[in-house]
Amino acid sequence: MEPKHLRSLTTTTGRNWLGLASLAAGILAWWAAARFGGLPAFILPSPIQVWMRFVRALTDGSLFLHAGVTLFEILIGLLVGALSATVLGYLVAKSRTLERVLSPYLVASQAVPLVAIAPLLVIWFGPGMFSKVLICALIVFFPVLVNTVVGVRAVPTALHNLMLSLRATPRQILLKLEIPAALPVFLGGLRIGATLSVIGAVIGEFVGADKGLGFLINVGRGQFDTALVFVAVFTLIALALVLYGIVALAERRFLVWQDTN
Amino acid sequence: MSAAPFLTVRELSAVFPDKNGGLRALDEVSFEVYPREFVCVLGPSGSGKSTILRILAGLLAPTAGEVIFSAGPQPKIGMVFQEANLMPWRSVIKNLTLPLELAGLETEAAREKAGDMMDLVGLDGFEEYWPRDLSGGMAQRVAIARALIHDPDLLLLDEPFGSLDALTRERMWTELSHIWQAKQKTVLMVTHSISEALFLADRVLVLTQRPGKVKLDLEVELPRPRKEEIRYTPQFGRLARKLKKAIG
Repeated sequence: MEPKHLRSLTTTTGRNWLGLASLAAGILAWWAAARFGGLPAFILPSPIQVWMRFVRALTDGSLFLHAGVTLFEILIGLLVGALSATVLGYLVAKSRTLERVLSPYLVASQAVPLVAIAPLLVIWFGPGMFSKVLICALIVFFPVLVNTVVGVRAVPTALHNLMLSLRATPRQILLKLEIPAALPVFLGGLRIGATLSVIGAVIGEFVGADKGLGFLINVGRGQFDTALVFVAVFTLIALALVLYGIVALAERRFLVWQDTN
Repeated sequence: MSAAPFLTVRELSAVFPDKNGGLRALDEVSFEVYPREFVCVLGPSGSGKSTILRILAGLLAPTAGEVIFSAGPQPKIGMVFQEANLMPWRSVIKNLTLPLELAGLETEAAREKAGDMMDLVGLDGFEEYWPRDLSGGMAQRVAIARALIHDPDLLLLDEPFGSLDALTRERMWTELSHIWQAKQKTVLMVTHSISEALFLADRVLVLTQRPGKVKLDLEVELPRPRKEEIRYTPQFGRLARKLKKAIG
Protein backbone atom coordinates (compact mmCIF):
# COMPACT_ATOMS: atom_id res chain seq x y z
CA MET A 1 0.00 0.00 0.00
CA GLU A 2 2.76 2.41 0.95
CA PRO A 3 4.32 2.80 -2.49
CA LYS A 4 0.93 3.41 -4.10
CA HIS A 5 0.20 6.25 -1.67
CA LEU A 6 3.60 7.79 -2.22
CA ARG A 7 3.24 7.65 -5.95
CA SER A 8 -0.18 9.30 -5.96
CA LEU A 9 1.19 12.01 -3.65
CA THR A 10 4.10 12.85 -5.90
CA THR A 11 1.96 12.89 -9.02
CA THR A 12 -0.58 15.26 -7.44
CA THR A 13 2.11 17.71 -6.32
CA GLY A 14 3.60 17.44 -9.80
CA ARG A 15 0.23 18.34 -11.27
CA ASN A 16 -0.11 21.30 -8.90
CA TRP A 17 3.16 22.73 -10.13
CA LEU A 18 2.02 22.28 -13.69
CA GLY A 19 -1.22 24.07 -12.90
CA LEU A 20 0.58 27.04 -11.33
CA ALA A 21 2.98 27.26 -14.25
CA SER A 22 0.09 27.21 -16.72
CA LEU A 23 -1.67 29.97 -14.77
CA ALA A 24 1.47 32.11 -14.78
CA ALA A 25 1.83 31.57 -18.53
CA GLY A 26 -1.78 32.63 -19.04
CA ILE A 27 -1.29 35.88 -17.13
CA LEU A 28 1.90 36.52 -19.07
CA ALA A 29 0.06 36.02 -22.35
CA TRP A 30 -2.68 38.40 -21.18
CA TRP A 31 -0.05 40.98 -20.26
CA ALA A 32 1.64 40.59 -23.64
CA ALA A 33 -1.68 40.94 -25.49
CA ALA A 34 -2.50 44.13 -23.59
CA ARG A 35 1.01 45.55 -23.94
CA PHE A 36 1.65 44.76 -27.60
CA GLY A 37 -1.84 44.17 -28.98
CA GLY A 38 -2.55 47.84 -29.52
CA LEU A 39 -5.94 47.63 -27.78
CA PRO A 40 -7.15 50.53 -25.63
CA ALA A 41 -7.39 49.93 -21.88
CA PHE A 42 -11.22 50.09 -21.95
CA ILE A 43 -11.20 47.04 -24.21
CA LEU A 44 -8.41 45.06 -22.59
CA PRO A 45 -6.71 46.42 -19.49
CA SER A 46 -3.37 44.88 -18.59
CA PRO A 47 -2.95 42.72 -15.49
CA ILE A 48 -1.07 45.56 -13.83
CA GLN A 49 -3.91 48.04 -14.46
CA VAL A 50 -6.39 45.53 -13.08
CA TRP A 51 -4.21 45.02 -10.03
CA MET A 52 -4.02 48.77 -9.41
CA ARG A 53 -7.78 49.12 -9.84
CA PHE A 54 -8.14 46.23 -7.37
CA VAL A 55 -5.99 48.00 -4.79
CA ARG A 56 -7.99 51.22 -5.25
CA ALA A 57 -11.33 49.42 -4.89
CA LEU A 58 -9.96 47.73 -1.82
CA THR A 59 -8.70 50.90 -0.14
CA ASP A 60 -11.79 53.02 -0.84
CA GLY A 61 -13.93 50.26 0.67
CA SER A 62 -16.20 49.81 -2.38
CA LEU A 63 -15.00 46.28 -3.07
CA PHE A 64 -15.71 45.14 0.50
CA LEU A 65 -19.14 46.70 0.40
CA HIS A 66 -20.22 45.12 -2.88
CA ALA A 67 -18.52 41.78 -2.33
CA GLY A 68 -20.06 41.67 1.15
CA VAL A 69 -23.55 42.24 -0.22
CA THR A 70 -23.11 39.56 -2.88
CA LEU A 71 -21.60 37.10 -0.40
CA PHE A 72 -24.47 37.70 1.98
CA GLU A 73 -27.03 37.04 -0.79
CA ILE A 74 -25.14 33.90 -1.81
CA LEU A 75 -24.87 32.50 1.71
CA ILE A 76 -28.50 33.12 2.64
CA GLY A 77 -29.68 31.84 -0.76
CA LEU A 78 -27.49 28.77 -0.48
CA LEU A 79 -28.68 28.09 3.04
CA VAL A 80 -32.37 28.49 2.24
CA GLY A 81 -32.15 26.64 -1.09
CA ALA A 82 -30.04 23.75 0.17
CA LEU A 83 -32.01 23.34 3.38
CA SER A 84 -35.42 23.27 1.73
CA ALA A 85 -34.11 21.01 -1.05
CA THR A 86 -32.69 18.58 1.51
CA VAL A 87 -35.90 18.35 3.52
CA LEU A 88 -38.10 18.08 0.44
CA GLY A 89 -35.68 15.68 -1.25
CA TYR A 90 -35.76 13.37 1.75
CA LEU A 91 -39.57 13.36 1.79
CA VAL A 92 -39.72 12.76 -1.99
CA ALA A 93 -37.25 9.89 -1.66
CA LYS A 94 -39.43 8.29 1.00
CA SER A 95 -42.82 8.80 -0.63
CA ARG A 96 -43.67 7.81 -4.18
CA THR A 97 -47.00 9.62 -3.83
CA LEU A 98 -45.30 12.89 -2.95
CA GLU A 99 -42.92 12.35 -5.85
CA ARG A 100 -45.83 12.00 -8.28
CA VAL A 101 -47.57 15.07 -6.87
CA LEU A 102 -44.48 17.25 -7.04
CA SER A 103 -42.73 15.95 -10.13
CA PRO A 104 -44.49 18.24 -12.69
CA TYR A 105 -43.42 21.27 -10.66
CA LEU A 106 -39.91 19.97 -10.16
CA VAL A 107 -39.42 19.21 -13.84
CA ALA A 108 -40.97 22.55 -14.84
CA SER A 109 -38.83 24.46 -12.37
CA GLN A 110 -35.82 22.94 -14.02
CA ALA A 111 -37.04 23.64 -17.54
CA VAL A 112 -37.65 27.34 -16.84
CA PRO A 113 -34.46 29.29 -17.55
CA LEU A 114 -33.88 31.25 -14.37
CA VAL A 115 -32.29 34.10 -16.29
CA ALA A 116 -35.60 34.60 -18.07
CA ILE A 117 -37.75 34.81 -14.97
CA ALA A 118 -35.26 36.80 -12.91
CA PRO A 119 -36.78 40.13 -14.13
CA LEU A 120 -40.18 38.87 -13.04
CA LEU A 121 -38.88 38.06 -9.58
CA VAL A 122 -37.31 41.50 -9.31
CA ILE A 123 -40.62 43.11 -10.36
CA TRP A 124 -42.49 41.10 -7.75
CA PHE A 125 -40.07 41.30 -4.88
CA GLY A 126 -38.27 44.57 -5.54
CA PRO A 127 -34.67 45.43 -6.39
CA GLY A 128 -33.50 44.75 -2.82
CA MET A 129 -31.70 41.77 -1.43
CA PHE A 130 -34.73 39.53 -1.16
CA SER A 131 -35.13 38.94 -4.90
CA LYS A 132 -31.43 37.98 -5.18
CA VAL A 133 -31.61 35.59 -2.28
CA LEU A 134 -34.64 34.03 -3.90
CA ILE A 135 -32.94 33.58 -7.30
CA CYS A 136 -29.91 32.10 -5.52
CA ALA A 137 -32.07 29.70 -3.55
CA LEU A 138 -33.97 28.63 -6.67
CA ILE A 139 -30.82 27.89 -8.65
CA VAL A 140 -29.32 25.91 -5.76
CA PHE A 141 -32.51 24.04 -5.09
CA PHE A 142 -32.63 21.57 -7.96
CA PRO A 143 -29.18 19.95 -7.90
CA VAL A 144 -29.35 19.56 -4.12
CA LEU A 145 -32.85 18.11 -4.33
CA VAL A 146 -31.96 15.60 -7.04
CA ASN A 147 -28.84 14.46 -5.24
CA THR A 148 -30.67 14.13 -1.94
CA VAL A 149 -33.31 11.94 -3.59
CA VAL A 150 -30.68 9.80 -5.33
CA GLY A 151 -28.58 9.54 -2.16
CA VAL A 152 -31.45 8.53 0.11
CA ARG A 153 -32.84 6.07 -2.45
CA ALA A 154 -29.41 4.45 -2.75
CA VAL A 155 -29.27 3.48 0.94
CA PRO A 156 -28.68 -0.29 0.76
CA THR A 157 -31.76 -2.37 1.62
CA ALA A 158 -29.49 -4.87 3.34
CA LEU A 159 -28.30 -2.24 5.82
CA HIS A 160 -31.88 -1.14 6.31
CA ASN A 161 -32.79 -4.73 7.16
CA LEU A 162 -29.86 -4.92 9.54
CA MET A 163 -31.09 -1.83 11.38
CA LEU A 164 -34.63 -3.24 11.53
CA SER A 165 -33.42 -6.58 12.86
CA LEU A 166 -31.67 -4.64 15.63
CA ARG A 167 -34.97 -2.87 16.35
CA ALA A 168 -33.60 0.55 15.45
CA THR A 169 -36.05 3.44 15.83
CA PRO A 170 -36.90 5.60 12.76
CA ARG A 171 -34.77 8.36 14.30
CA GLN A 172 -31.79 6.00 14.64
CA ILE A 173 -32.27 4.82 11.06
CA LEU A 174 -32.21 8.45 9.90
CA LEU A 175 -29.17 9.47 11.93
CA LYS A 176 -27.02 6.35 11.79
CA LEU A 177 -27.91 4.96 8.38
CA GLU A 178 -29.65 7.30 5.96
CA ILE A 179 -27.66 10.47 6.59
CA PRO A 180 -24.19 8.90 6.48
CA ALA A 181 -25.14 6.68 3.53
CA ALA A 182 -26.57 9.56 1.50
CA LEU A 183 -23.82 12.01 2.44
CA PRO A 184 -21.41 11.40 -0.48
CA VAL A 185 -24.04 12.00 -3.16
CA PHE A 186 -25.59 14.85 -1.17
CA LEU A 187 -22.28 16.68 -0.83
CA GLY A 188 -21.75 16.24 -4.57
CA GLY A 189 -25.02 18.11 -5.13
CA LEU A 190 -24.06 20.78 -2.63
CA ARG A 191 -20.75 21.29 -4.43
CA ILE A 192 -22.61 22.01 -7.67
CA GLY A 193 -25.12 24.17 -5.80
CA ALA A 194 -22.37 26.24 -4.18
CA THR A 195 -20.93 27.32 -7.53
CA LEU A 196 -24.38 27.88 -9.03
CA SER A 197 -25.36 30.13 -6.14
CA VAL A 198 -22.74 32.67 -7.24
CA ILE A 199 -24.29 32.72 -10.71
CA GLY A 200 -27.74 33.16 -9.17
CA ALA A 201 -26.71 36.22 -7.17
CA VAL A 202 -25.08 37.87 -10.18
CA ILE A 203 -28.10 37.24 -12.41
CA GLY A 204 -30.28 38.95 -9.82
CA GLU A 205 -27.92 41.90 -9.55
CA PHE A 206 -27.72 42.31 -13.31
CA VAL A 207 -31.47 42.67 -13.55
CA GLY A 208 -31.71 45.40 -10.99
CA ALA A 209 -29.64 46.31 -7.98
CA ASP A 210 -27.75 49.20 -6.46
CA LYS A 211 -25.20 47.07 -4.63
CA GLY A 212 -23.24 43.88 -5.24
CA LEU A 213 -20.55 42.64 -7.60
CA GLY A 214 -23.04 42.24 -10.45
CA PHE A 215 -23.99 45.89 -9.99
CA LEU A 216 -20.28 46.78 -9.94
CA ILE A 217 -19.82 45.05 -13.29
CA ASN A 218 -22.69 47.09 -14.73
CA VAL A 219 -21.17 50.31 -13.37
CA GLY A 220 -17.74 49.46 -14.74
CA ARG A 221 -19.20 48.74 -18.16
CA GLY A 222 -21.19 51.97 -18.19
CA GLN A 223 -18.15 54.08 -17.25
CA PHE A 224 -15.75 52.28 -19.60
CA ASP A 225 -13.89 51.29 -16.41
CA THR A 226 -13.10 47.82 -17.77
CA ALA A 227 -10.45 47.22 -15.14
CA LEU A 228 -13.23 47.43 -12.54
CA VAL A 229 -15.21 44.80 -14.47
CA PHE A 230 -12.17 42.54 -14.29
CA VAL A 231 -11.81 43.18 -10.56
CA ALA A 232 -15.45 42.25 -9.97
CA VAL A 233 -15.21 39.13 -12.14
CA PHE A 234 -12.09 37.92 -10.37
CA THR A 235 -13.70 38.55 -6.99
CA LEU A 236 -16.68 36.44 -8.09
CA ILE A 237 -14.33 33.67 -9.18
CA ALA A 238 -12.62 33.83 -5.81
CA LEU A 239 -15.96 33.63 -3.99
CA ALA A 240 -17.02 30.61 -6.05
CA LEU A 241 -13.69 28.88 -5.45
CA VAL A 242 -13.87 29.47 -1.70
CA LEU A 243 -17.40 28.07 -1.51
CA TYR A 244 -16.42 25.10 -3.64
CA GLY A 245 -13.35 24.61 -1.45
CA ILE A 246 -15.42 24.62 1.74
CA VAL A 247 -17.66 21.86 0.39
CA ALA A 248 -14.63 19.93 -0.90
CA LEU A 249 -13.08 20.26 2.55
CA ALA A 250 -16.27 18.92 4.13
CA GLU A 251 -16.10 15.99 1.73
CA ARG A 252 -12.51 15.28 2.72
CA ARG A 253 -13.44 15.53 6.38
CA PHE A 254 -16.62 13.41 6.31
CA LEU A 255 -15.82 10.92 3.58
CA VAL A 256 -12.40 9.70 4.71
CA TRP A 257 -13.82 6.19 4.69
CA GLN A 258 -14.20 6.24 0.92
CA ASP A 259 -11.56 4.64 -1.20
CA THR A 260 -10.09 7.62 -2.98
CA ASN A 261 -8.03 5.63 -5.44
CA MET B 1 -34.48 -32.15 24.37
CA SER B 2 -36.82 -32.14 27.33
CA ALA B 3 -37.10 -28.41 28.10
CA ALA B 4 -39.87 -26.23 26.74
CA PRO B 5 -39.15 -24.98 23.22
CA PHE B 6 -37.51 -21.58 22.92
CA LEU B 7 -39.24 -20.96 19.64
CA THR B 8 -42.36 -22.49 18.16
CA VAL B 9 -43.25 -21.93 14.54
CA ARG B 10 -46.79 -23.03 13.76
CA GLU B 11 -48.22 -23.49 10.26
CA LEU B 12 -46.33 -20.55 8.87
CA SER B 13 -47.27 -19.54 5.34
CA ALA B 14 -45.94 -16.73 3.25
CA VAL B 15 -47.37 -15.56 -0.07
CA PHE B 16 -45.73 -12.79 -2.04
CA PRO B 17 -48.17 -10.90 -4.25
CA ASP B 18 -47.58 -11.21 -7.98
CA LYS B 19 -49.62 -11.20 -11.19
CA ASN B 20 -50.87 -14.80 -11.01
CA GLY B 21 -52.49 -14.89 -7.60
CA GLY B 22 -49.36 -14.71 -5.47
CA LEU B 23 -46.12 -16.61 -5.14
CA ARG B 24 -46.28 -19.16 -2.34
CA ALA B 25 -42.90 -19.13 -0.60
CA LEU B 26 -43.83 -21.10 2.51
CA ASP B 27 -46.65 -23.57 3.01
CA GLU B 28 -47.65 -24.34 6.59
CA VAL B 29 -44.18 -24.77 7.98
CA SER B 30 -44.07 -25.96 11.59
CA PHE B 31 -41.09 -26.69 13.80
CA GLU B 32 -39.68 -26.05 17.23
CA VAL B 33 -36.28 -24.87 18.39
CA TYR B 34 -35.07 -25.60 21.90
CA PRO B 35 -32.88 -23.38 24.08
CA ARG B 36 -29.19 -23.40 23.10
CA GLU B 37 -29.91 -25.58 20.11
CA PHE B 38 -28.15 -25.09 16.78
CA VAL B 39 -30.67 -25.76 14.03
CA CYS B 40 -29.93 -25.64 10.34
CA VAL B 41 -32.59 -25.12 7.68
CA LEU B 42 -31.51 -26.85 4.51
CA GLY B 43 -33.19 -26.69 1.17
CA PRO B 44 -32.82 -26.00 -2.53
CA SER B 45 -32.71 -22.38 -3.59
CA GLY B 46 -36.16 -20.89 -3.77
CA SER B 47 -37.48 -23.09 -0.98
CA GLY B 48 -38.27 -20.10 1.23
CA LYS B 49 -35.43 -20.70 3.70
CA SER B 50 -34.54 -17.06 3.95
CA THR B 51 -38.20 -16.11 4.18
CA ILE B 52 -38.39 -18.01 7.48
CA LEU B 53 -35.49 -16.00 8.87
CA ARG B 54 -36.92 -12.74 7.63
CA ILE B 55 -40.20 -13.48 9.40
CA LEU B 56 -38.41 -14.46 12.62
CA ALA B 57 -36.32 -11.26 12.47
CA GLY B 58 -39.48 -9.19 12.15
CA LEU B 59 -38.57 -7.95 8.68
CA LEU B 60 -41.58 -9.60 7.10
CA ALA B 61 -45.10 -10.38 8.30
CA PRO B 62 -46.31 -13.95 7.61
CA THR B 63 -49.45 -14.44 5.54
CA ALA B 64 -50.71 -17.05 7.99
CA GLY B 65 -49.51 -18.98 11.00
CA GLU B 66 -47.70 -17.84 14.08
CA VAL B 67 -44.31 -17.54 15.72
CA ILE B 68 -44.11 -17.93 19.49
CA PHE B 69 -40.99 -17.01 21.45
CA SER B 70 -40.85 -18.20 25.05
CA ALA B 71 -38.59 -15.21 25.83
CA GLY B 72 -41.40 -12.73 25.12
CA PRO B 73 -42.94 -11.08 22.09
CA GLN B 74 -39.78 -9.30 20.92
CA PRO B 75 -36.64 -11.30 21.61
CA LYS B 76 -33.27 -9.69 21.01
CA ILE B 77 -32.00 -10.86 17.65
CA GLY B 78 -28.57 -11.07 16.16
CA MET B 79 -28.55 -11.57 12.42
CA VAL B 80 -25.81 -12.39 9.94
CA PHE B 81 -26.52 -12.08 6.24
CA GLN B 82 -24.88 -13.57 3.18
CA GLU B 83 -22.89 -10.37 2.78
CA ALA B 84 -21.12 -8.90 5.79
CA ASN B 85 -23.22 -5.72 5.53
CA LEU B 86 -20.78 -3.54 7.38
CA MET B 87 -21.33 0.20 7.26
CA PRO B 88 -18.45 1.49 5.12
CA TRP B 89 -18.37 4.83 6.95
CA ARG B 90 -17.73 3.19 10.32
CA SER B 91 -14.46 1.70 11.49
CA VAL B 92 -14.45 -1.99 12.38
CA ILE B 93 -14.88 -1.27 16.08
CA LYS B 94 -17.74 1.19 15.44
CA ASN B 95 -19.47 -1.40 13.26
CA LEU B 96 -19.09 -3.89 16.05
CA THR B 97 -20.59 -1.64 18.70
CA LEU B 98 -23.56 -0.56 16.55
CA PRO B 99 -26.08 -2.87 18.29
CA LEU B 100 -25.00 -1.56 21.71
CA GLU B 101 -25.21 2.01 20.45
CA LEU B 102 -28.75 1.42 19.21
CA ALA B 103 -29.67 -0.02 22.59
CA GLY B 104 -28.36 3.16 24.22
CA LEU B 105 -25.43 1.57 26.01
CA GLU B 106 -22.70 3.95 27.10
CA THR B 107 -19.63 3.80 24.91
CA GLU B 108 -17.06 2.90 27.58
CA ALA B 109 -18.79 -0.38 28.45
CA ALA B 110 -19.43 -0.93 24.76
CA ARG B 111 -15.72 -0.55 23.92
CA GLU B 112 -14.79 -3.08 26.58
CA LYS B 113 -17.30 -5.60 25.30
CA ALA B 114 -16.16 -4.98 21.75
CA GLY B 115 -12.59 -5.74 22.79
CA ASP B 116 -13.67 -9.15 24.10
CA MET B 117 -15.58 -9.88 20.90
CA MET B 118 -12.61 -8.88 18.74
CA ASP B 119 -10.61 -11.42 20.70
CA LEU B 120 -13.24 -14.09 20.26
CA VAL B 121 -13.36 -13.75 16.48
CA GLY B 122 -9.58 -13.29 16.20
CA LEU B 123 -9.55 -9.72 14.89
CA ASP B 124 -7.45 -8.11 17.61
CA GLY B 125 -5.57 -5.13 16.22
CA PHE B 126 -8.02 -4.37 13.40
CA GLU B 127 -10.23 -2.05 15.50
CA GLU B 128 -9.53 1.14 13.58
CA TYR B 129 -9.54 -0.38 10.08
CA TRP B 130 -12.13 0.65 7.50
CA PRO B 131 -14.34 -2.17 6.22
CA ARG B 132 -12.90 -1.64 2.71
CA ASP B 133 -9.55 -2.85 4.03
CA LEU B 134 -10.88 -6.22 5.25
CA SER B 135 -10.95 -9.50 3.35
CA GLY B 136 -14.28 -11.27 2.86
CA GLY B 137 -13.61 -13.69 5.71
CA MET B 138 -12.55 -10.94 8.10
CA ALA B 139 -15.60 -8.83 7.26
CA GLN B 140 -17.87 -11.80 7.88
CA ARG B 141 -16.20 -12.40 11.25
CA VAL B 142 -16.93 -8.79 12.18
CA ALA B 143 -20.54 -9.42 11.13
CA ILE B 144 -20.73 -12.50 13.36
CA ALA B 145 -19.20 -10.61 16.28
CA ARG B 146 -21.67 -7.77 15.71
CA ALA B 147 -24.56 -10.23 15.78
CA LEU B 148 -23.41 -11.51 19.17
CA ILE B 149 -22.24 -8.37 20.95
CA HIS B 150 -25.61 -7.33 22.37
CA ASP B 151 -26.11 -10.80 23.82
CA PRO B 152 -29.11 -11.72 21.67
CA ASP B 153 -31.65 -14.39 22.59
CA LEU B 154 -31.58 -15.81 19.09
CA LEU B 155 -28.92 -15.83 16.42
CA LEU B 156 -30.19 -15.93 12.84
CA LEU B 157 -27.66 -16.83 10.16
CA ASP B 158 -28.73 -16.45 6.54
CA GLU B 159 -26.16 -18.37 4.46
CA PRO B 160 -23.45 -16.45 6.28
CA PHE B 161 -20.59 -18.09 4.43
CA GLY B 162 -22.22 -18.16 1.01
CA SER B 163 -20.00 -15.46 -0.44
CA LEU B 164 -16.71 -16.86 0.88
CA ASP B 165 -14.27 -19.11 -0.93
CA ALA B 166 -14.29 -22.80 -0.03
CA LEU B 167 -11.17 -22.77 2.17
CA THR B 168 -12.23 -19.71 4.15
CA ARG B 169 -15.71 -21.14 4.51
CA GLU B 170 -14.46 -24.35 6.11
CA ARG B 171 -12.23 -22.41 8.49
CA MET B 172 -15.26 -20.32 9.45
CA TRP B 173 -17.23 -23.49 10.31
CA THR B 174 -14.71 -24.39 12.98
CA GLU B 175 -14.64 -20.84 14.27
CA LEU B 176 -18.40 -20.53 14.39
CA SER B 177 -18.65 -23.81 16.22
CA HIS B 178 -16.10 -22.56 18.79
CA ILE B 179 -18.01 -19.32 19.21
CA TRP B 180 -21.28 -21.16 19.58
CA GLN B 181 -19.81 -23.40 22.25
CA ALA B 182 -18.38 -20.39 24.10
CA LYS B 183 -21.61 -18.35 23.93
CA GLN B 184 -24.25 -21.09 24.13
CA LYS B 185 -26.76 -19.29 21.95
CA THR B 186 -29.87 -20.59 20.25
CA VAL B 187 -29.03 -20.53 16.56
CA LEU B 188 -31.13 -20.90 13.45
CA MET B 189 -29.04 -21.05 10.31
CA VAL B 190 -30.08 -21.24 6.69
CA THR B 191 -27.77 -23.00 4.28
CA HIS B 192 -27.78 -25.05 1.11
CA SER B 193 -24.64 -26.97 2.02
CA ILE B 194 -25.15 -30.44 3.49
CA SER B 195 -21.64 -30.57 4.97
CA GLU B 196 -22.07 -27.18 6.57
CA ALA B 197 -25.36 -28.22 8.16
CA LEU B 198 -24.00 -31.51 9.48
CA PHE B 199 -20.78 -29.98 10.76
CA LEU B 200 -22.52 -27.25 12.75
CA ALA B 201 -26.04 -28.30 13.66
CA ASP B 202 -27.73 -30.31 16.40
CA ARG B 203 -30.71 -30.73 14.13
CA VAL B 204 -31.32 -30.20 10.43
CA LEU B 205 -34.67 -29.27 8.91
CA VAL B 206 -35.00 -30.03 5.22
CA LEU B 207 -37.42 -27.90 3.23
CA THR B 208 -39.04 -28.97 -0.04
CA GLN B 209 -39.02 -27.02 -3.27
CA ARG B 210 -41.30 -23.96 -3.29
CA PRO B 211 -43.68 -23.67 -1.59
CA GLY B 212 -41.44 -24.77 1.26
CA LYS B 213 -42.64 -27.43 3.66
CA VAL B 214 -40.64 -29.29 6.30
CA LYS B 215 -39.80 -32.63 4.71
CA LEU B 216 -37.32 -34.05 7.20
CA ASP B 217 -36.32 -33.22 10.77
CA LEU B 218 -33.00 -34.94 11.41
CA GLU B 219 -31.10 -35.13 14.71
CA VAL B 220 -27.35 -34.87 14.10
CA GLU B 221 -25.89 -37.24 16.65
CA LEU B 222 -22.26 -36.44 16.07
CA PRO B 223 -20.00 -35.90 19.09
CA ARG B 224 -18.84 -32.38 19.96
CA PRO B 225 -16.51 -30.59 19.68
CA ARG B 226 -16.42 -31.51 16.01
CA LYS B 227 -13.17 -31.38 14.12
CA GLU B 228 -12.66 -31.24 10.40
CA GLU B 229 -11.90 -34.99 10.29
CA ILE B 230 -15.46 -35.77 11.32
CA ARG B 231 -16.51 -35.17 7.75
CA TYR B 232 -14.67 -38.32 6.67
CA THR B 233 -16.37 -40.66 9.17
CA PRO B 234 -18.96 -43.22 8.00
CA GLN B 235 -21.51 -41.73 10.40
CA PHE B 236 -21.18 -38.34 8.74
CA GLY B 237 -21.53 -39.99 5.35
CA ARG B 238 -24.70 -41.81 6.37
CA LEU B 239 -26.33 -38.61 7.62
CA ALA B 240 -25.22 -36.75 4.51
CA ARG B 241 -26.80 -39.39 2.30
CA LYS B 242 -30.09 -39.12 4.21
CA LEU B 243 -30.14 -35.36 3.76
CA LYS B 244 -29.21 -35.63 0.11
CA LYS B 245 -32.08 -38.05 -0.48
CA ALA B 246 -34.53 -35.75 1.30
CA ILE B 247 -33.50 -32.74 -0.78
CA GLY B 248 -33.90 -34.86 -3.90
